[in-house]
Amino acid sequence: MTATVPLQAYLILSAALFTIGVIGVLIRRNALIIFMAIELMLNAVNLSFVAFSRFLDSMDGQVIVFFVMAVAAAEVALGLAIIIALYRNKESVNVDEINLLRG
Amino acid sequence: MEWVVFIPLAAMALATAVSVVLLRNPIYCALSLIGTFFALSGLYLLLQAQFIAMVQVIIYAGAIMVLFLFVIMLLDLGHEPSPWPRRDRPRLLLSVVLVLLLLLELTVAIRPGISKAIRGPYTSAVVDAVGNTQLVGRLLFTDFLIPFEITSIILLIAIIGAMVLARRHLG
Amino acid sequence: MLPEMIWLIPFFPLLGSVLVGLLGRRILRNWVTLIACLAPSLSLLLSLTCSWRLLSLPPEARRLRHSLISWVASGDLSVAFGFLFDPLSAVMTLVVSGVGLLIHVYSIGYMADERDYHRFFSLLNLFLAEMLVLVLADNYLLLFLGWEGVGLCSYLLIAFWFERPAAASAGTKAFLVNRIGDAAVVVALIWMILLFGSLDFQIVLREAPRTLSHGSFVATLLSLLLFAGAAGKSAQLPLYVWLPDAMEGPTPVSALIHAATMVTAGVYLVARSAPLFELAPVSLEVVAWVGGLTALYAASIALVQTDIKRVIAYSTISQLGYMFLGLGVGAYAAGIFHLMTHAFFKALLFLAAGSVIHALAGEQDLRRMGGLRGPLKITAGSFLVGALANSGIAPFAGFWSKDEILHAVYASGHHLLWVLGALTAAGTGFYMFRLYFLAFEGTSRLSPQARDHIHEAPWSMRWPLVLLALGSAAAGFFGVPPGSGLFQRFLGPVFPMTARETGSAVHVSGTGLAMASLVLSLAGIALAFRYYLRHPERPEALAARFPALYGLLLRKYRVDELYDQLVVRPTILGARALSGLFDSRLIDGTVDGIASLLVEAGARLRRIQTGHVPAYVLSILAGVVVLLGYVLAFRL
Repeated sequence: MTATVPLQAYLILSAALFTIGVIGVLIRRNALIIFMAIELMLNAVNLSFVAFSRFLDSMDGQVIVFFVMAVAAAEVALGLAIIIALYRNKESVNVDEINLLRG
Repeated sequence: MEWVVFIPLAAMALATAVSVVLLRNPIYCALSLIGTFFALSGLYLLLQAQFIAMVQVIIYAGAIMVLFLFVIMLLDLGHEPSPWPRRDRPRLLLSVVLVLLLLLELTVAIRPGISKAIRGPYTSAVVDAVGNTQLVGRLLFTDFLIPFEITSIILLIAIIGAMVLARRHLG
Repeated sequence: MLPEMIWLIPFFPLLGSVLVGLLGRRILRNWVTLIACLAPSLSLLLSLTCSWRLLSLPPEARRLRHSLISWVASGDLSVAFGFLFDPLSAVMTLVVSGVGLLIHVYSIGYMADERDYHRFFSLLNLFLAEMLVLVLADNYLLLFLGWEGVGLCSYLLIAFWFERPAAASAGTKAFLVNRIGDAAVVVALIWMILLFGSLDFQIVLREAPRTLSHGSFVATLLSLLLFAGAAGKSAQLPLYVWLPDAMEGPTPVSALIHAATMVTAGVYLVARSAPLFELAPVSLEVVAWVGGLTALYAASIALVQTDIKRVIAYSTISQLGYMFLGLGVGAYAAGIFHLMTHAFFKALLFLAAGSVIHALAGEQDLRRMGGLRGPLKITAGSFLVGALANSGIAPFAGFWSKDEILHAVYASGHHLLWVLGALTAAGTGFYMFRLYFLAFEGTSRLSPQARDHIHEAPWSMRWPLVLLALGSAAAGFFGVPPGSGLFQRFLGPVFPMTARETGSAVHVSGTGLAMASLVLSLAGIALAFRYYLRHPERPEALAARFPALYGLLLRKYRVDELYDQLVVRPTILGARALSGLFDSRLIDGTVDGIASLLVEAGARLRRIQTGHVPAYVLSILAGVVVLLGYVLAFRL
């Protein structure tokens, strides 16, 4: 083994985390947990960015991650507000029961 | 040498991630996610991104997950009812298949030549000289100034939006 | 200065029409009358002024022209709102505005009880405006504008009492039959554009002799198309059927439109296009024969009709035939001369008939009249003058103009046509005086209501009668001596291509011919006298002896029924078939079908929208996997 961990290792880890997140979104029925899985996906991507930033001698990756985190924070705030409002109306956060957009 | 740090952190990240997806009690899921974040933070440190590592802990683990926990406890959700009723089977099967395909594609995309891309100016030596945080700060206020300002507006919108969406309507 | 004012001649009545039409309901009736009668007066005044100016010019240079504004400027074709005032226009405008004014005055009294008084005068003014545009236009397109306009006004006025089904359908009939002629005119206009690149009279009529060879197919067909339009507008065979029905309209309308002005538009068109017709001897023959046959045909129907206005209507058709007869043998000035004299006495006859109808509270059937000379002296007197003029009895106007035509017919070698014309003259004398005797002389066959109601017309109705009677008596002298009177010399230069009128050698036999037709007319009158005054029972006996012939004449040769079978019914059946099969099934089916197809498709597609978010995510994932696979496999 080489002394430093190669870029590919990070990338494979990132891919794995991402797919785990995707599965989470597809499989779970509780809206909050789905939301957490989405956050997991975001983080996986963050890992990719930072890894590239290091291996390509660029700071851009880290700056972008900074923005991603800021926006993720905003998104979580709003998303949770929506879930709360939804819960007030339907007494449930089970996505199977939320089909108001049904055409 | 780095591997000694990398392998455990990676394992922890994977394990906690799987827990998030598989555990039934939402509180346990949230806690698992916090674990994932810590693992990631460690990996960021390994990648010489100290600023990001700190921000990860502060923002994600410290603010976002706390928010999650508040909401979980506010809505007083028990654990999820029985998993996967029969009629969902086909859909679930399809999901798994597709996800595995995705994983395959993603790994295939990681080819050896990928590290032969264009390099930037910020080598480790430069970064060490100035300091990671200082460098990030400098970039935020010069090259990335506009996104920075817009981000502040995004946060403002989020505040207002959250207030509007979640308030109790009178009458 | 004066040419620039020509456009005002039609503009005054147009303005009057708009004012009366829009404001008529709100202003006092007297104002309506004032505006509506002022307009034609101003037109008449201006026409007189322009005519006077013409006379001060040398004969070859007698024309005033003014182009008001450009109308069509498309590619090579340019048409303007341009006006022309030459001797022909002068005659026409004076007739139209003069007789028009008298009829407007007459209508004050006749339509006094009418609720839609203002609508009537608005339409009457509008008609006058359109007719003046027609005769003052300096190009075919503007002429056609007036042509269509008078057709429209004719429809609106015939169907003035539109709540009456008979009136409404009469108006429609008039419009539709006219339309057939109009279609021919449109084709002719288009062809003219193709041939000459312009619709200006000056250009077309000057280029035609240069571009088209004498007797060529093009010239013949073009002129025949124009004549087809004229036949529709001027009620010649076979497009005359609308005119008798048009009697459903108020009598002033019949007087103005169907005696003096609109029906003469066809005559004007042919006269104006004389250079074109001169290039096509075949067309001229057609014109002459159609005219002559129509004249005799209509006269034969008039012999037995029982409605006072119908007789006069058929008489109009007959006299129009005379005009075309004159044009057809190249006697253009004579034809226009007859147009002028006819305007006087035919309008007079209609107005007098109107006075009778007015006096008898609406009675129009000759069988219920009689002995009206006593109570209706002025009406009877003027009617008598009109009848004498119409029958061509010297020295009244009709004699001079009709004989000029018949003379030209004979002199041009159309002896058979002359015989037709002469027979028609005899018939004219007969039916005219049959009309007079039945209405005004003899024993009274009035109904009790009529008897109580009877009264002479108010002065607003009597004055026009008197003036028209004077005109019918004296107007003929404009054309004396025959062939070279004031009228012919005035109008002559407009038709330079015909040298046939000015030969003096034919005058000798002219007198002989005139005597012959005069004798025939008198014979007709005498016959009428015998049959309707001396021996009133004779006509019925005669009718009983030839029931088939009588029936045929009475039913107007059943032409209306024929047209109904040949044209109207098939058209209606065709329209029904199209509407039922084609329109309902095919077109509606297609349109509705497309709509319901879309609705169905929408309903089916809607099932994808389950509202179940994880399913949506799944499809997104599937898409991503596919795209990523594609990129990895083929693009990297």
